[in-house]
Amino acid sequence: MEVPILKQGPYLIATIQSALTDADLLQLRDSLVEQVGRYRSRGVIVDVTALDVMDSFASRTIRDIAQMIKLRGAETVIVGIDPDVAFAMVRLGLNLEGVATTLDLEEGLVLLNERARATKR
Amino acid sequence: MRLPPGVEEAKVPIQSDTDIVTARQRGRMLATQLGFTSGDATIVATAISELARNIVLYAKGGEVLLTPVESRDNYGLVITARDEGEGIADVRQAMQDGYSTSGRLGVGLPGVKRLMDEFEIVSEAGKGTTVTVKKWKR
Repeated sequence: MEVPILKQGPYLIATIQSALTDADLLQLRDSLVEQVGRYRSRGVIVDVTALDVMDSFASRTIRDIAQMIKLRGAETVIVGIDPDVAFAMVRLGLNLEGVATTLDLEEGLVLLNERARATKR
Repeated sequence: MRLPPGVEEAKVPIQSDTDIVTARQRGRMLATQLGFTSGDATIVATAISELARNIVLYAKGGEVLLTPVESRDNYGLVITARDEGEGIADVRQAMQDGYSTSGRLGVGLPGVKRLMDEFEIVSEAGKGTTVTVKKWKR
């Protein structure tokens, strides 16, 4: 299932709405990396609230997304990691090191706005 | 303890990445039907996702068997991930954290072992691999 990507001012917001296959995750990665250039976006938010499982493939792809977006000159924030998913990730030995995370979409926008302000100075 | 009505073993053939999602969703549903907490249902779904992905990555095909089990006073779920791939040459090495022959994230088997209550692996070169794990309801 394709993940809808919404353009909101200088940001792109991708909201995962169901379980994703590996192919869906890779498509999300490619779409975000492409659209960040097309819309000259400053930041990307990936909302994973509805993601059922964050296994090794999903967390690696999320890290890849954040790094590729960084190389394209924008920031990425992952928002909405469910408490059960966080617990399973920790037990499995997975982390999202180097990737910004916030509790929810609202906090994600605050973080991106703060970073935008910091770079303007 | 008798199993709750309607709770039955499920077999999910694993050929591609969409089957990984099907298997973990069936597993989560069974765990929930058995009264697992949402946290443990997520643990079960995550373990199934890793085991099913190993089948897709290393063997191209196999199956995941989800078997509800009962003890005197509890329920559990047994997950059997079976393939007829190359087998794992060195099981002890494959159980070390960070080890991966595919060059992908090496959390696989040791990570799954940490998620579950019981873990068993049988692998024979040229004949395939069977990983059996169990999680009891808490």
